[in-house]
Amino acid sequence: MLGRTAASLFWMSRYHERAQNVTRLLEVAYRGAIMSHNGQEHGTHLTFALTNSGLESDYRQKYEELNIRNVSMFMIFAKDNPLSVRNSLELARNNARAVRTSITAELWEAMNTTWIEFTEVNPQSVTQEKLPDFLAWINQRAHLFRGALLNTVLRNDGYFFSQMGNFVERADNTARILNTQYWSLLPDNDIIDDGSTERYQWSAILRALSGRRSYRFAYPHARLKAFNIAEFLILRQEMPRSLAHCFDWIADTAEDLAQYYGSREPSLDLAIEIHRELSGKQMRDIYQEGLHDFLTIFIGKNNQFAQQLSEDYNFA
Amino acid sequence: MPDDRNFFNEMLDENGGPRPPYARLAQWLEDKPANFLTKKSRDAEMIFRRLGITFAVYGAEEATERLIPFDPIPRIISAAEWRRLSIGIDQRVRALNAFLHDIYHRQEILRAGVIPEALILQNEAFLPEMVGFTPARKVYAHIIGTDLVRVGEDEFYVLEDNTRTPSGVSYMLENRETMMRLFPELFQTNRVATVEQYPELLRRTLESVAPDGGKSDQTVAVLTPGIYNSAYFEHAFLADSMGVDLVEGRDLFVDAGKVYMRTTREPKQVDVIYRRIDDAFLDPLTFNPDSMLGVPGLFDAYRAGNVTICNAPGTGIADDKAIYAYVPDIIEFYTGQKPLLNNVPTWNCSRKEDLAYVLDNLDDIVVKEVHGSGGYGMLIGPTASKREIAEFRKVLQHNPSNYIAQPTLALSACPTHVASGVAPRHVDLRPFVLIGDQVRITPGGLTRVALKKGSLVVNSSQGGGTKDTWVLED
Repeated sequence: MLGRTAASLFWMSRYHERAQNVTRLLEVAYRGAIMSHNGQEHGTHLTFALTNSGLESDYRQKYEELNIRNVSMFMIFAKDNPLSVRNSLELARNNARAVRTSITAELWEAMNTTWIEFTEVNPQSVTQEKLPDFLAWINQRAHLFRGALLNTVLRNDGYFFSQMGNFVERADNTARILNTQYWSLLPDNDIIDDGSTERYQWSAILRALSGRRSYRFAYPHARLKAFNIAEFLILRQEMPRSLAHCFDWIADTAEDLAQYYGSREPSLDLAIEIHRELSGKQMRDIYQEGLHDFLTIFIGKNNQFAQQLSEDYNFA
Repeated sequence: MPDDRNFFNEMLDENGGPRPPYARLAQWLEDKPANFLTKKSRDAEMIFRRLGITFAVYGAEEATERLIPFDPIPRIISAAEWRRLSIGIDQRVRALNAFLHDIYHRQEILRAGVIPEALILQNEAFLPEMVGFTPARKVYAHIIGTDLVRVGEDEFYVLEDNTRTPSGVSYMLENRETMMRLFPELFQTNRVATVEQYPELLRRTLESVAPDGGKSDQTVAVLTPGIYNSAYFEHAFLADSMGVDLVEGRDLFVDAGKVYMRTTREPKQVDVIYRRIDDAFLDPLTFNPDSMLGVPGLFDAYRAGNVTICNAPGTGIADDKAIYAYVPDIIEFYTGQKPLLNNVPTWNCSRKEDLAYVLDNLDDIVVKEVHGSGGYGMLIGPTASKREIAEFRKVLQHNPSNYIAQPTLALSACPTHVASGVAPRHVDLRPFVLIGDQVRITPGGLTRVALKKGSLVVNSSQGGGTKDTWVLED
């Protein structure tokens, strides 16, 4: 396989995952904003989406007013926002087009149809009332992409690289959201009352990571607690967006690549190292070490892994 | 259907009845309700868009990927008609390859005075770098798209021999797939020769011209300028359907005279490159030094006999519009036989007496740029305004050797779905020919259709569409 093909498959998946993550953040912000009844609270919800995606300062430069309309235009349609859903979908599709020969017709049609239908939408027509349906549609399309990938692609090197892109982005997204909100996840907060800002943050974090319902199953007898939420999203392997789950998948895939090519590369060792750190840890250790420091180091290592992977397999 | 007898109608005879190859189709069309084709056209458009069968339009920022309009009514050629055409095409492509070998070696045809020396040696399409080099099996043009037009029951003309990188074959294949999805019943009642074998035959052709023919495992790659090229879809489609890698220049490098692909593991040597980029961009060391699309050192690797480039560099001289007029002589010179397919009579405006005739008859004839393509920079006398003709006259007088002229041909017309129903529209035909260990012609080809009433310009850049082309089996 060409190194460029491997890179394109990696980025195709990575951008798709990104589009979905940004969409989910916006869903959470929208939900919070329409439920709030004063301006300040309203703003807090919208800021949640912007800070978690690292876009707050870019937004402030472009818009004076903080409102649902501006935030959704910026996060969905803006061409000058490199993380907008539009740009991610376009980059995902361009990467797929560049490797048309390495993906299945089903996968291509899923992505291409998303892009065609997305570009046919006039941004002005996505009013506040229509926003939830539109976001749900993007989410559904992203699921369709992933389903087509899992169901139709041969389990060879191309598949492995596409999985890497998916889970590197997901781990990065989860870690960033946790790190941006780390103050609300400190165990001291577990004594605070219902209706506080922290409580809202907790459910927003879980929603943004599709974990609100599954939390109830993972912790059937517990109320929402900072300790549990942090553990759920960092260490619990069964949670598909947790850091442990992502690196479980990444380490297995790195192993698959080594087997496929019959040679062991430094990226495999790095994946195993990160995976081992996550699986050997308890939540108390992480709090002791400092949640913020732990997450910051993790984000750095995840990046380092992606970098090593691209060197090992000639992505450039 | 209004019966305009100024052109040959491929479906209807003089009395308005169907010609034999169209008998079943005509009946079928008659039986269908009025809006049937409109609905099917919409279905077809949906299929094309989802599959991404698009071509890029340069310059337009939005909607840079467009669809070529697809007409759902097939164009039909009988088995006997096709036999005659394919024998003629076979003769022509063999002669053109013999011509290419000759002008890059002993140049017998120039010595014999059949073609003026200056026309070859001072031609931009003639590549001195190719002189003395012999590609595998002496084949230069491996893939040729011979543009044909029909003007009568037995009258076909060759309009152009595309010997560089002819495109459109993906439309031939996808049009057929789409037709089979839209109208399965038509394929039960008509015995249509298949075209789906083309990618397999293309791969066999390419493998057959590898430098080391004895190797059992040849590595073939399709070289594309990238996703922004207008024909990118076709490049990806062909690589995919042949099961070979689709590469860009940056994926290849030359080391010690051999060409390699950069892979996720160790570099892989490439034996045959089906390139879809122009000569000038192939290798910045030999040709255009600014080329970002090519591969430095590729041409040296080629001349060293370590890789085959298809089509060979320098094949453009065989489809040069100034050489076109000599193709009948070329055929006679190399095959010793009379040409089986007609050339369109051509005036070479660089010749004084030809120019004089052309200037006197601008209202009736077609004038084309020698190096133009895509329907740009041409004048169609009968449909042009007085002013357009006057302006063209000035341009032509200013630089006559840049132009050739031909009589306006009454292109045949086929039934086509239009807003008002079904009406005849003018068509041409581009069969695709593969030349390697043997000559292989896929039955049919790409039919292009001028969708505007009365228009003779079939190019997609000028509003033309395409049709599925059926060759019936006996």
